[in-house]
Amino acid sequence: MSLLEVRDVHVWFDLPDGSQLHAVQGVSFDIDPGDRMGLVGESGCGKTTTILAVMGLLPANATLAGEVRFNGENILEGGEDTVRPHRWKDISMIFQGAMNALNPVKTVGTQIVEPMELHDVAEGNAAKRAAGELLELVGIPAKATDRYPHEFSGGMRQRAAIAMALACQPKVLLADEPTTALDVMVQAQILELLVGLAQDLGLALILVTHDLPVVAQVCERAAVMYAGEIVEKGPMEELFHAPRHPYTRLLFAATPDLYGDEQVMSIPGAPPRLDREIVGCPFQPRCDSSFDRCKVEAPMLRAVGVSHDAACHLNDRAGVATTAQELS
Amino acid sequence: MSREEQSGVETPAEGTGRVGAGGDGGPADGGAATGITGAGTGTDAAIAEGGGGTAGAETATATVEAPGTAPDGTKAPLLEVRNLVTKYAIHRGLVGTIRRKPQQWVSAVDGVSFTLDRGEMVALVGESGCGKTSTAQTMLRMVDAVSGSILVNGQDITTLEHKEMRPLRRQIQMIYQDPYESLDPRFRVGQTIEEPMLIHGVGKDDNERHEIIVRALLRAELTPPELYIDRYPHELSGGQRQRAAIAASLVLDPELLVADEPVSMLDVSVRAGILTLLDGLRRTGKMGIVMITHDLSTAAHFADRIAVMYLGRIVEQGPAKQVVRNPQHPYTKALLSVVPKRDPRDRTVPQILQGETPNPINVPPGCRFHPRCPVAEPRCRTIDPELHVVAAAEPEHEAACILV
Repeated sequence: MSLLEVRDVHVWFDLPDGSQLHAVQGVSFDIDPGDRMGLVGESGCGKTTTILAVMGLLPANATLAGEVRFNGENILEGGEDTVRPHRWKDISMIFQGAMNALNPVKTVGTQIVEPMELHDVAEGNAAKRAAGELLELVGIPAKATDRYPHEFSGGMRQRAAIAMALACQPKVLLADEPTTALDVMVQAQILELLVGLAQDLGLALILVTHDLPVVAQVCERAAVMYAGEIVEKGPMEELFHAPRHPYTRLLFAATPDLYGDEQVMSIPGAPPRLDREIVGCPFQPRCDSSFDRCKVEAPMLRAVGVSHDAACHLNDRAGVATTAQELS
Repeated sequence: MSREEQSGVETPAEGTGRVGAGGDGGPADGGAATGITGAGTGTDAAIAEGGGGTAGAETATATVEAPGTAPDGTKAPLLEVRNLVTKYAIHRGLVGTIRRKPQQWVSAVDGVSFTLDRGEMVALVGESGCGKTSTAQTMLRMVDAVSGSILVNGQDITTLEHKEMRPLRRQIQMIYQDPYESLDPRFRVGQTIEEPMLIHGVGKDDNERHEIIVRALLRAELTPPELYIDRYPHELSGGQRQRAAIAASLVLDPELLVADEPVSMLDVSVRAGILTLLDGLRRTGKMGIVMITHDLSTAAHFADRIAVMYLGRIVEQGPAKQVVRNPQHPYTKALLSVVPKRDPRDRTVPQILQGETPNPINVPPGCRFHPRCPVAEPRCRTIDPELHVVAAAEPEHEAACILV
C-alpha cells in the first residue's frame, strides 16, 4: 500500500450548453513518502484538474469518479466530509500563482497561523512560533512573520506560499507550476527547497508543470498526460532516453536544450476537444508514427518495463518503438 | 518641474501592448503616442534639473555631431546601439514633491552597446529587471534615451522628432509577449494585419492590400490564408495568434524586428514552430531580429549572438555557442548552471546565487555584480569593469569582469 493511491479518477465538467467535457479520463498513480513525481503535459491536458480532484477542490459543475486513497482510506468516498480532515493536514497544495494569492492586508505570519488553528495543529503563541520556524525552513528569517506580502519579493512570496502549504505538516505536497512566473535563479532556489523538503521531511512531492527540463532536474519519475489521460509514466531517465510513447519523445524534441544541437521541432496540430467522444488513440492525428490500428482502437496503458507504463500500440510491435535516442 | 511633466515620464514604461508598433498617432494608438510625447518633454526637463543629469549632458554633445557624420547606410550595420542610457523617474507622490524630496531615478538601461546586421538574430537575456525590455522600448522610441545613440542604417534615431520617426517606424516592428492581449479582440485577423498598412499608406486599394495580407499570412505560415483572414482572435489558438501578430508586423517589410519573449506564453509543443518561423525570416538576409528572452536554452538554439544583461548593463556578449559553452563572467556562469537541462543524467550542481537582483535605484558601486558574486575580490567594489575581449581565440566574445 502506498501513501497516496489515485485510482481511475475521472472528472467531467458540465458545460453551459448541457454537454459534458471529460477532462480527466481514468488517471491512476501512487506516491510514497520522499518520492518526487512530475505530472507533465500541455495546457488543457487535465494535470491541474487531476490534483484539484485529489484535494477535493473541484468546482460545483464537476462530477468526479474513482478513488483517492490516503493510507488506504478512500477520502473521496463521503464527499467533502471525508476530504476535509485530510485537506491541508495530510495533503497540501501550492496553487499556480500562489505568490500573488496572499492576502495583502494580513501579515504573512497570520496567514500561516490560520490553517494551523483551523485544523487544531497549534494555537496562539505556539502557532506563531511554528509559523516563524516554517519561514526559516523555507529560507526566510523568522521575524518576517510580522511583515506584509507587499514587503516581500516574488521569490520570497513564493517561499511564504510554500510555508503556508506546509503549515499543518502534510505528508503529500501537490505543487502546481510552482516556479512558472519566476526567474531562473529564483526558480533554482525554489526547486532546491522543494527537493530538500522531500529529502529531509519525507514529503511526497507531486510537481505539476509543462516544463520538462524542470521535471527532469527535480523528479525521479513522471507521468505524461495527454487529453485527460496518462499516456506514459516511468523513471525520468527512461522517459528521456527511451520513451515508449511518441508524445513523450516529441515533447522532449520540442524543448530546446542549452547544449543540444539537434533541431527543435514543434508538434503539429492541437490536442483534441474533450467534449466529444474520441475514437482511437487521442494522439493519433498529431503522431508521426501512427498506423491503421491507432485510428480505430484506443491503446491501454500497460507495462513496458520496470515501473514503466505506456499507452501506445507501437509497443505491441516488437522493435518498432525503439527510438533514435535509445539506439544512440 | 510641473506635475504633468512628471507623470509624462512615468507612463510610457508600460509600452502600448498593441501589435504593429508603427501606429503612433494612428486611430487605435493615440493614447500611446501622447504618452511618448509627454515622456520626451518630461525626461528632458527632468534631466536638466535632476541628479542623473551629468551623464545626459555629456553624451548630448556627442549625439549632436552624429547626424553629420552618419554614413550613407550602405555599409552601416542595420542597428548599432551605443552607450544607451534610459532612466525612469520614481514617483515621489504629492507629499514628496511638496517637501522637495530629492528625485530618484531607476537606471533601467545603463550604458548598453551592441550591433545587429541583416540576417542576424541577437538575444538579450537576463532576469526580470535587468533592462532587456527597456532596451527594446528605447530602441522603438516608446521611451526616450537619456544619453547614447541608436543608429538604424547609420541614422541616429535617438533625437528624431515624432514626425521624423514615423517613416522609420515602418522599418522597426515589434512582436509582443502575450498574443492573448496584443491582438484587438474586435478586429478580424485580416483587419489586424491591414491596420499598419492603413496607417503608413501601404497599398493603393483594397485589392492590393488584400494581396499583401494574403502574402503576410503565407509568410507567417497561417495556411490556407482564406481560413484565417476573417477569423477573430478568440477563434485562434495561442500559436496561431502569435503568427497573426507576426503577419501584422511583416506587411510593412520591416528590416528590424524586436521580439519580446515571443513564445513564453505559448505551449511547449508550439514554441518551436514560432521560433523556427522567426529564424526563417531573418535567414532571408533582409531582416535582423532582436529577441528578448529569459530562456537561455531558446537563445542558445536560435540566436547567433547572446548578450547577457545584469542591472542595466551587458556583462557578457558573443557568439551564442561560445557564451553558452565557454562562459566567462561569473554571472553568466551562475545563470547557465541553474538552467534546467532536458536530460536527467545532466543534473549539474546549480550554483545558486542568494537573494535577488538588487534594485536598480541603488546600483552597487564598482562592479554591479560584486555583492552577489561568488569570486569577488576587494577591488571589485571600486572598479567598474568594461566589456573586453577575453580570449584571443574568441575575438568576438567579450565580458565585463576584471578577473577574466
